[in-house]
Amino acid sequence: MTPLVAVTKDPLSLDALTAAVADGAGADGAVTSFAGLVRQDNLGRKVAFLEYEAYEPLAVKGLQRIADEVKRNWPSAKLGVHHRIGRLALGEASIIIVAASPHRGDAFAACRYTIERVKQIVPIWKHEHFDGGDVWLEGATADPDDETARQTAYRIACA
Amino acid sequence: MRVTVRLFARLRDLAGSGELVRDVPAPATIEQVWRSLVKDMPALADYERTMSVALNTDYSRMSAAVQDGDEVAFLPPVSGG
Repeated sequence: MTPLVAVTKDPLSLDALTAAVADGAGADGAVTSFAGLVRQDNLGRKVAFLEYEAYEPLAVKGLQRIADEVKRNWPSAKLGVHHRIGRLALGEASIIIVAASPHRGDAFAACRYTIERVKQIVPIWKHEHFDGGDVWLEGATADPDDETARQTAYRIACA
Repeated sequence: MRVTVRLFARLRDLAGSGELVRDVPAPATIEQVWRSLVKDMPALADYERTMSVALNTDYSRMSAAVQDGDEVAFLPPVSGG
């Protein structure tokens, strides 16, 4: 059975996650999904591959926390989110998100909110290997209690 | 007392290890564990302004007290997704 929240070394399956999230019996009128892929160009560098590292127990808790926030923001929405770690080739999915709800607005918003929050609070790091070197990418200082960051994600999701 | 320190991403590279066992005098806070690390590995110091900390796999604060056997993690700014 596919878990709704996971951090895994295995390739991600949008079909499996969609089947786990969406109610196929008619309750959901909308399913949205997002997949983040390894991109070949980053800040002028030619990317060869990415290695993702996680503090796994806290990363899983972070994803679960985001799912709980989604439930509070959009009570009718259901969410699944899987993040891959380890070495990923160009074009492979590093994250997949599926949101289902009776109406499309909540499903789109939940999906967008989730990716914004992942980038804010989930302890996962990209190690970029490019032509000529490698670099650890560093984005946000993770603070799940930072209400300003949470509201920013919410605003983006509802724009 | 003895705590396990976990380091990730560039912090791990700078320290040369992702997991260290540190002895610190009790009572101690996460901040004191960090100070003892930086004393041995000054290159880590730059992260003090931007990192997050965790205690026993939950986000925490530098002022939190640590107990014998605890796991303390220092986390550079995150870049998942």
